[in-house]
Order: sequence, then C-alpha cells, then structure tokens
Amino acid sequence: MAIPDTAEPQAVFRDDAGTLAVMLAGSWSADRAPRIEALAREIGERVGQSSHARLDLSAVERLDTLGAYVLNRVKHDRESEGAAVEIVSKRPEHGVLLAEIEIHEREQPVSSRQFRIVDILVRIGAAVVRFGRDMVAGSMFLGEVVVASASVVLGPRKFRGPSMVNQIELIAFNGAPIIMLISFLVGCIVAQQGIFQLQQFGATAFVVNLTGILILRELAVLLTSIMIAGRSGSAITAEIGSMKMREEIDALRVMGLDPIEVLVVPRILALVVSLPILTFISAMSGLTGAALVSWLYGGIGIDTFLARLQSVITWKHFFVGLVKAPFMAFVIGLIASMEGLAVKGSAESLGRQVTASVVKAIFMVIVVDALFAMFFSSIAM
Amino acid sequence: MSEQGNHQAGQPFRSLEAPRPAAAGAEGDVVIRVRDLKVAFGEKVIMDGLDLDVMRGEILGFVGGSGQGKSVLTRTILGLVQKARGTIEVFGEDVDTLSTVQRRALERRFGVMFQQGALFSALSVKQNIQLPMREYLDLSPALLDDMAMVKLDLVGLPPDAADKSPSELSGGMIKRAALARALALDPDIVFLDEPTSGLDPIGAAEFDDLIVTLKQTLGLTVFMVTHDLDSLYSACDRIGALADKRVIAVGPLATMLASDHPWLKAYFGGERARARMPSEHREHAV
Repeated sequence: MAIPDTAEPQAVFRDDAGTLAVMLAGSWSADRAPRIEALAREIGERVGQSSHARLDLSAVERLDTLGAYVLNRVKHDRESEGAAVEIVSKRPEHGVLLAEIEIHEREQPVSSRQFRIVDILVRIGAAVVRFGRDMVAGSMFLGEVVVASASVVLGPRKFRGPSMVNQIELIAFNGAPIIMLISFLVGCIVAQQGIFQLQQFGATAFVVNLTGILILRELAVLLTSIMIAGRSGSAITAEIGSMKMREEIDALRVMGLDPIEVLVVPRILALVVSLPILTFISAMSGLTGAALVSWLYGGIGIDTFLARLQSVITWKHFFVGLVKAPFMAFVIGLIASMEGLAVKGSAESLGRQVTASVVKAIFMVIVVDALFAMFFSSIAM
Repeated sequence: MSEQGNHQAGQPFRSLEAPRPAAAGAEGDVVIRVRDLKVAFGEKVIMDGLDLDVMRGEILGFVGGSGQGKSVLTRTILGLVQKARGTIEVFGEDVDTLSTVQRRALERRFGVMFQQGALFSALSVKQNIQLPMREYLDLSPALLDDMAMVKLDLVGLPPDAADKSPSELSGGMIKRAALARALALDPDIVFLDEPTSGLDPIGAAEFDDLIVTLKQTLGLTVFMVTHDLDSLYSACDRIGALADKRVIAVGPLATMLASDHPWLKAYFGGERARARMPSEHREHAV
C-alpha cells in the first residue's frame, strides 16, 4: 500500500466445472471507482447467469474499503437471489477487510414532493404558529424584564451603573458619527427632491416645511432606530448569545444572579437613554443637510431657512419625534435580548438569532411607528 | 471484530492460507521522519532540534505536558504551521521539495481527526464524510451513499446518525463521526488529536479498541496525541514523549518506565498512572 500503483482493475472469467471463476487483478481502490463499478456490474450479471461463482482476489495488488465493499455487494446481491458466491484470496489482510465491511440494505428514497400546495399551506401554518409563539414568548419576556426593572427600582443597590454607562458609550457615543452622517445625507436627498418637485409650483420655499416636519416627526427617529437595531441590537444579541453558548448565563443563575437583571436591564436602559439623544443628533444633522441643499440648489439662505423653520415647526413636531425614541429603544432592546437568550449550543444558531434579532427589531420599529402615527393623528398632534 | 466476522453465517470470505495477524509492512519502515525540527512563534521557541520517526503500521502515542507543543508538532507535520528549521520526510519524500500538486496528493493519504471533531456544522454527518470523496473520487451517487454508510459502520455509528447534523451528536459520536471523515479516502496515516478526551472511560476504551481494529483491518499508521493513560497502555505500540522542546524518549511502555527523565518519572510514576498500569509493568514504575 505504499505508492498508489497504476494497475487497472481487471476481471477474467473462466468456467471451472460448473463454477464461474472470476480472477480479479489490479488495484481495487477508490481512485478507480468508475472502472470498478463497471466491472462489478459485469461480474454481477455474469454471476447471475450461473449458480456458483468464485471471486479470486489473489492477484489483486491493492484493496481498500471501496473495493471490498463493491465485491461484498456483488456477493450479497447475488446470494439474495439464490446463487452461491465465494470470495477467496491468498492475502489474509484482504480477508480481514472483507469481513469488516458489512452490507446494509439500500433504503428506497421516499419522494416527499407530491403535494406542493399542501406543503406550502403547511409552511404558512407553521409560520403563523411560530409568530403566535413569538408573541407569547415576547410578552412573557416583557413581564420578566418589568419585574426585574421593578426590583432594580425598589432596590437601587442592584442597579448596575457601570455596566449601563459602558453600554451607553458603545451605543450612543460610538454610534453617533455614522448616524450623523446618514441623517445628513438623507436630509440632503429629501431637500433636493423636494426642491425639484416644488419648483414646478413655484413653491420652493415650502421645502422648509417638508424637510422640517418630515425629519423631526419621522425620519430622524426611524433612521436612528433602524441603525441602532442593526448596529447595537445585533451586538447585544451576539454578546448575550455567545454567553448563552458558553454556559455563562447558567453560571450567573447558579450564583443566584438573575441574568435579566444583570445583563438585560442595563442594556435596555442604556438603549432607552441613548436613542433619544441619537434621535436629536440625527434630527439636527438632517436639518443641517436640508439647509445646505436648500441654500445651494434652492437659493434659500441659511437665515431664511432658520426663520421659516421657526415659524412652521412648533414644539409638538419636535416632541412627536422624540417621544417615540424610548419606545423604539425598548422594543429593540427587548427583541435583541430575547433572541440572544434563545441561542442554542451551536455557532450557526448564534448567527441565525442575530439575523432574526435585526429583522424582527426593524419590523417592530416600523410597526410601532405606524401605531404612533395613528395615535397622534387621533389626538390631533 | 475480524474473528467475529469470519464466524458469521454466510461467511463472506475464505482464505486460501492459514490466517496470520495482519502484519502491515516490514519492521523499521519509516513513514514520517522528522529531523532537527525548530518551530517558533515570534520569540517563543516551541520546539528546537526535535527528531522523530513514525513506523509503518504502528500506533504511536504522543504525550507531553500542556502547552509543550504536541498539537503544534502534529500541525507542523500536516503543514498547518510553518517550521523555522529542519526537515520533515513523509513516505521518504521531503515535504519542502514537493510541488503543490504533489503536496495535495500526499495530503490525500493523511486522515486527520481534530480534537473538537471539526465537523462542518452546516452539513449532515453523511455529507461530512462524503465531502472529501466528492472532491477527490469519481463515484456514482448510489456508491457515494453506500461508502458513507460503510465508513459509519466501520467507526461503529448507527445508520440513523447519517442524516443528523453535528450539533445533534453526543461527544463520543462526534469523535466517531470525525474519525469516519478522516477515513473517507482510505488514508495511510491517521492523525488523532486527543481522540479520547471528553469521553467516559467506557467510551474511551471502545474508541481505543476501534483504533486498534481499524489499524489491523485497514493497515493504518496512527499518530495519536493523547493524555489518556489507558490509551497509552492498551492501544499504543510505541510512545513518544515531548518535553524540553524535543522528543525525550520514544519506545514501548517499558522504555518510558525505565527513563530517568524527571517529567517521565512524574508522568508514569504518579498515583494515577500506577493504578491503571498493566500488572506486568507495575514493578518497573516503583
């Protein structure tokens, strides 16, 4: 078995007093699988025609598990049809190998693709059930978080200040530049599109109303929430998830510490503090972008822009945008922590939960925003 | 296992000669020759002037303290770690002089079982075993499935393990599945990194038996890094010991026990080692 030799596998058939003698030669190893398979078929057919057969491996140079398996398979298949097949060799190692390789009956693959419509309905049904379970699990988790938060409020010594400050640094401080940048750019784009459309009516000056209200009420908080769901929500899920994977959550529990109190509450609080700050920063950057574009494309000077902004924007536009931020933060934090704690033992489960966390958080952010829109319109704000 | 096979009804094989133990190759046939090996990570020298021979058809157990570089040596032989100096010859060929194609051909003759199994988590056990076969061999789909089942059977896994994903397997099953994948291409040399770590004593003993059986049936050469004293006593033909950045002793158990090296004295003379030692060696160790 030193260097793989170049001998082709061969089979010579000879009739030996009513017994079909098959002399095998060459290398019966996996490198020559196609040739071996073809030979095995031929041997199988020839053996099938006679009732007794003997496969002689004495001249075989190399036999590996594949060769042994194929020969055993021929023997097995023909014997099940009533033929007598014998495998002989002068080489004891062939015998050891042949004895070790067992034949299992092949299972017929079951075709499961018969009822496509039923399959689709089953999957839709399963998804609905899963969604319902998610909702139940979410509200249970919400309850746990509220209880843990209450115990923090009642026993302020349990409050983990350093942990929360650390999280605020990660979420608000480190996240600010990218949020400023995209808000600035989106402000520019909205203003530019607004100017081009409003020009047709000769109402270029209304771009201030458009951008001011849009950015303060909706864009700033939505952009920030979606960025934070992607940036910090995923980080929280990954962090808690990897702790879950390495049994660190269990370690906390056996020390008598509540993981929700230790890990989840500081993160959610940090988000609730950070998101309004970031929303404010985002709104200011967006307005800066809008003012810049209005000046460059629309010919509205910065002082005109500011004066007009002051006259159209009341405190309630500002308030409507900002008041949504803590709710968004709470939803993001809740989903991120819940998905993190749902991680199972494997790394791909971690990846799956991080993806689920971001998708669900962004979805819920938009749902919450829609609910707020309905709410504010019904109270005429 | 081979004897059982011969006694089964519908005996699969008749030998034309009286059976003798499967002696794999001539004695003194070196398959891996390491000379004057030096490996360093930055300033930290892991190995310096290390010599080692692995003989054809043997099970070489390799011991050494934690952090002494047992795994690094394995990885260096496999080409996963760069060496600073020295030569490694496999099947008589210096690995440094081989072309990429020759090197690939050589690596096909290695089977490696990593400590944590390193099964691809996105694939089922069967697909894990089939991956190297698909890559290197030209098999029909039916034969590909059959060969995966043969390998599973060889390592003693039940057929229903085939479609499980690695995360559904127990520690012992992961080790077996990893061994099945290492055996996928019928390698000549199998490297096992702590094959019995994390297994209970029964599972570990079964695994040792499995390795001995596979060595006999497939004519394997086994290079096994281990800390398991039972494996060293029951499975290994020779033992190599790594300390002071080189191989301090190689030989059967008696050589280890006769050594004066303080680390070996501590390793084999300790309470745990003596308690597990086969009785014929016990007086040496005192």
